[in-house]
Amino acid sequence: MPGTLLTVAAKSAAGTDSVVARAVDRAPGIRTNVGNLERWLSLGVGSVLVANAAVGKRLNLLGLLAGGALVYRAATGICPVYQAAGVTTAGKTGPRAAVAAGHGMKVEHAVTVNAPVDEVYRLWRDFSRLPEFMSHLREVKETDATHSTWTARGPLGVSVQWDAEIVTDTPNQVIAWRSLPGSDVDTAGSVHFRMAPGGRGTEVRVSLKYDPPAGNVGVLVAKLFGESPDQQIREDLRRFKQIIEAGEVPTVEGQPHGRRGLRK
Amino acid sequence: MKAVCWRGKQKVEVETVPDPKILNPRDAILRITTTAICGSDLHLYNGFIPGMERGDILGHEFMGEVVEVGPKVTTLKKGDRVAVPFNIACGKCFFCAGQMWSLCDNTNPNARVLEKVYGYSGGGLFGYSHLYGGYAGGQAEYVRVPMADVGALKIPDGLPDEKVLFLTDIFPTGYMAAENCNIRPGDTIAVWGCGPVGLFAIKSAYLLGAARVIGIDSVAGRLKKAREECGAETIDRRRADVLEALDEMTAGRGPDACIDAVGMEAHGATVVEHVYDRVKQGLMLESDRPAVLREAMTACRKGGTLSVPGVYGGLIDKIPFGAAFAKGLTFKMGQTHTHKYMRPLLNRVEKGEIDPSFVISHRFSLADAPTAYRTFLREKDECIKCVLKP
Repeated sequence: MPGTLLTVAAKSAAGTDSVVARAVDRAPGIRTNVGNLERWLSLGVGSVLVANAAVGKRLNLLGLLAGGALVYRAATGICPVYQAAGVTTAGKTGPRAAVAAGHGMKVEHAVTVNAPVDEVYRLWRDFSRLPEFMSHLREVKETDATHSTWTARGPLGVSVQWDAEIVTDTPNQVIAWRSLPGSDVDTAGSVHFRMAPGGRGTEVRVSLKYDPPAGNVGVLVAKLFGESPDQQIREDLRRFKQIIEAGEVPTVEGQPHGRRGLRK
Repeated sequence: MKAVCWRGKQKVEVETVPDPKILNPRDAILRITTTAICGSDLHLYNGFIPGMERGDILGHEFMGEVVEVGPKVTTLKKGDRVAVPFNIACGKCFFCAGQMWSLCDNTNPNARVLEKVYGYSGGGLFGYSHLYGGYAGGQAEYVRVPMADVGALKIPDGLPDEKVLFLTDIFPTGYMAAENCNIRPGDTIAVWGCGPVGLFAIKSAYLLGAARVIGIDSVAGRLKKAREECGAETIDRRRADVLEALDEMTAGRGPDACIDAVGMEAHGATVVEHVYDRVKQGLMLESDRPAVLREAMTACRKGGTLSVPGVYGGLIDKIPFGAAFAKGLTFKMGQTHTHKYMRPLLNRVEKGEIDPSFVISHRFSLADAPTAYRTFLREKDECIKCVLKP
């Protein structure tokens, strides 16, 4: 279950092994309890109520509040009434899924690398090298053959950590992993390798799912700070390809230039 | 070091900037011995290429001596004399492996920006805007050369710089333009623009077996060079209707292939056409002025080829695509795959088949670069190619 932005920030500030972190980890999270169809219905009805309340001659406060509550319910997937009553219409999450269905964000991208499939597979399988091309990762430590600890940069420079296990590893075909319970971020990912048509290199297809701190609100916050996950995975895969093909990531950081301003 | 920096529309200055450093394992640093101003630098000078920042170091035609190499450069050593292609290529991707070096997948750090506009991005270029990577150029005392192990070509000691320098861009560019015409013995080739690229295209067309090459321009000095140095017949567009003249010269068939060595800043055949394009370009409704492209599409014979070495950047308007379709034309274009041509063209220079220094009209010191740019822009009649000495 993901924490909120606040809890992750607190953990980051106090250190992951601190008393604060342990206390935060024990605190109950909030789980969505409204199903997808119901969220869409809430959005529709809520919008109509808000619109009606707003255009009437006199301000219809009750309509506005009721409509607003429905829109909130649609946006967050959390209904305080359901919560109090212990009811949920959100689908059950399977035991193998690290990220609940319909939750968080999913990004997919593919790239063709001009190298044999075993070479491409090997670079990805060496998780300790992932931070070389995945810009949001600070470090990945492999703890045993299937387990690793990942540290990433979250929005606003917050440090986020999780433990992951490899759930599938078929050499030269697929690697899949997921975070373990108790992580700051619920995440799962897979990468498929396949020889491109006509033997023209290797097709690499990546699928990542994140349920970031603060759930869908966190996704929005991340986007506001320019870290669109879609663009990020594109750039990550571009660097992966550059490291294999060119042996380096091209850069102009640190080269000379004249004065940038208008004046002398 | 001293470097020529872009400071805005029609403004360049020689500034003192830090020396370049090795930033990546495949880098090399060169002390530049000779550099040049390219016609395409005038597109930057005139402010028609987006993505320039004040202080950017210009220049993509340069050669010099290796002073430092990165740990992965095993093909070069300190003291080697090299010429460097204007485009940067990794040598390993699908495109480099297929000899399409200018389309390299891995050398533009800002590929994401070009991808948004063009769908996919080609490789990085020296000194040619941040769209093409923002690499510092070679109109300077020193330059950093990325992927130097596949780009920089070693030059034998006997050849002077001026015979070799143009292997970095305009000679291969003119040569590829001619090669793209798929010339067969007996072909007639028409070349719009008798600047350095056009002149090299004329010479190359003859080297590749053309029977006849017709050069078209409106600048007397350039037409003279095309006739006297390159053996072309010429059409002065100020005195003749180009379409009529070509039809008459080819006895009603039209040229087998047409080369547009002018590009985005063409002057229209009529005042109306020129004003139309100039206004649309000024209003950002059209980024390029395609007068030559339109004319060449109409002039080309049925089943002929249109080869475009001239630079285009964005949107163009009123293109007679129906003519191209009706006549079954083939279009070939793009940035030059310089790496592919440098070695074979160096061989031709060594054998004395061609002396590329014939295009040079002016020589300046690097410190006089602002004067050189002004002269190149304003005195087209006299000034064909400027070489700068640091």
